[in-house]
Amino acid sequence: MSSSKITTQNRQRSHNVRFWRVWRDRLFVFGFVMAIVVGILGLAALLFDVLIDGLPFLNLNFLSSYASRHPLESGILAPLAGTIWIVGLTALLTIPIGVGTAIYLEEFASKNRLNRLVELNIANLAGVPSVIYGLLGLAVFVQFLFNGSRNVTAGALTMTLLVLPIVVIASQEAIRAVPSSYRDAAFAMGANRWQVVKTVVLPQALPGMMSGIILALSRAIGESAPILIISSLVWVTFVPVSPDSKFTVLPLQIFNWISQPQHDFRGIAAAAIIVLLAVLLSMNGVAIWIRSKYQVRPEQ
Amino acid sequence: MIRGNDANPGHLRGGDLTKLLHILFDSRSRRALVAVTLLVLGAVSACGSGAGKEILVDGSSTVFPISQAVAEEFRKERPDIQVPVGISGTGGGMKRFVTGGIDVADASRRIKDSEREEAAANGIEFTEFTIAYDGLSVVVNSSNDFVSCLTVDELKRIWEPGSNIKKWSQVRDGFPDKPLRLYGPDTDSGTFDYFTRVINGEEDASRSDYTASSDDNVLVQGVSGDPGGMGYFGFAYYTENREILNVLGVDGGSGCVKPTVSSINDGTYSPLSRPMFIYVNNAALQREHVLAFVTFYLKNAAELAEEVGFVGLPDSEYQSQLDELN
Repeated sequence: MSSSKITTQNRQRSHNVRFWRVWRDRLFVFGFVMAIVVGILGLAALLFDVLIDGLPFLNLNFLSSYASRHPLESGILAPLAGTIWIVGLTALLTIPIGVGTAIYLEEFASKNRLNRLVELNIANLAGVPSVIYGLLGLAVFVQFLFNGSRNVTAGALTMTLLVLPIVVIASQEAIRAVPSSYRDAAFAMGANRWQVVKTVVLPQALPGMMSGIILALSRAIGESAPILIISSLVWVTFVPVSPDSKFTVLPLQIFNWISQPQHDFRGIAAAAIIVLLAVLLSMNGVAIWIRSKYQVRPEQ
Repeated sequence: MIRGNDANPGHLRGGDLTKLLHILFDSRSRRALVAVTLLVLGAVSACGSGAGKEILVDGSSTVFPISQAVAEEFRKERPDIQVPVGISGTGGGMKRFVTGGIDVADASRRIKDSEREEAAANGIEFTEFTIAYDGLSVVVNSSNDFVSCLTVDELKRIWEPGSNIKKWSQVRDGFPDKPLRLYGPDTDSGTFDYFTRVINGEEDASRSDYTASSDDNVLVQGVSGDPGGMGYFGFAYYTENREILNVLGVDGGSGCVKPTVSSINDGTYSPLSRPMFIYVNNAALQREHVLAFVTFYLKNAAELAEEVGFVGLPDSEYQSQLDELN
């Protein structure tokens, strides 16, 4: 009699426990979905606002003419070309150096205190404000290396320093994610370390590395603070023709237009933001295409 | 950040990187690559032919619109000369100017003694030109109908360091007991330097419990959205927003004057009219194209400055500076 009562109580209790577990589960799922919604709504509102403000000003003339004091005659040819130069040169410099650093740290360097210190420093560098890199670039690249010439190469070198930690860290993670059994298998076949890296590790890690490179170049394309220090120009009536040319970039032009008193400048600033987004998305599109093409799908 | 399935054990596709290289450099792609390179080089050399003389202008972002307008018009007359204009700020531009890094410095204040000494130490001689006026405008919300004018002394009591004025009734007897909230440029701004000097009597001395921004459009938004708001910024930001702001007259001892093109131009809007300068390297002035640019600047500054929201000097002052130049 009493034992069956206890069983019923137990059953009741375990039912309650299960009930709360299910609800707690649902509550968390709801919380996570809301977290996504906040981010997406914010982005959607931003895009909507920019498109409403900027689309009326966006036309071919806007892409092919230089800036002007008259907002409606203004264009973004010089900053657009400057941005492409900067991002192109930055990619050229960042990818080999960043990936090379990651390969060395993960595959070749011994895990001693010095190398741990190097890795720690790289992680910390990712958090340094971009203005600091601008000042560094001005002192080291502009004044020391180029003898006062504020050219695209100095800008790209500064951007390279700024985004290198992102590429290094992401590439390290990607290399770490390659199972060590793969390496062992290759070693067992008689491959040396470089052959293992070249034929086993790199192809496996390439998609992950591309993610890091996308993030890094996206950051480089949107930075205005270091370029304000390195170049400072916002009225440029020529397209950079060599690595030694003066330049300006889209974020700097946008920054300058937004602070002008005339209302129409805010419209063309929005139009320039749309162009910046388009450049960014097409660049990332290429990277994502490469990534998906080389993504190794686990076989079922 | 990193795709998790990289870690999943999967079948190995060795030589993917070599494949990637093959795709990039197979014969067809290579031909395309060569074509694109040639195209780019062709475009580059076509553009590059214009690379001629250059005049470097950098400095105040306040003066920038005037220099940009002048450079834009000058380019129509002399397309062979490039005049890139930067916005390093007055201090940043001066730093480059006194070491000979640029030909022309835009400045929203006079050159400091320390900068003068540095220029002398570097053997840089220069000439100062006044190119336009800006009338710092004191504005309130458009719903504010009880104040149309403040004296310099009242402005000082509002803005001086340690001021505890929080209500309009504390400014003048008879003003309503409404909260007074302040909006102004941040401490890096030349506008802030000038306002604190002529109103509070000491440069950079200001109360700090106000909404500060380096972007004047933010201040416009602040004052226009706050019934008890009050702020100050450059004349252009008032004229572009005159429907949503009320501008106040300022009484500097000889009656109430509102900032207008004529009151700023003839100097009656005092003491909040401030001059804008360009500094030109004398060695650079020896070059024909720099002289042509500065001459063009002085001849067209009045018209172009007014077009971008500033106020020109009286004609005679441009003429005397032109005489000095030649």
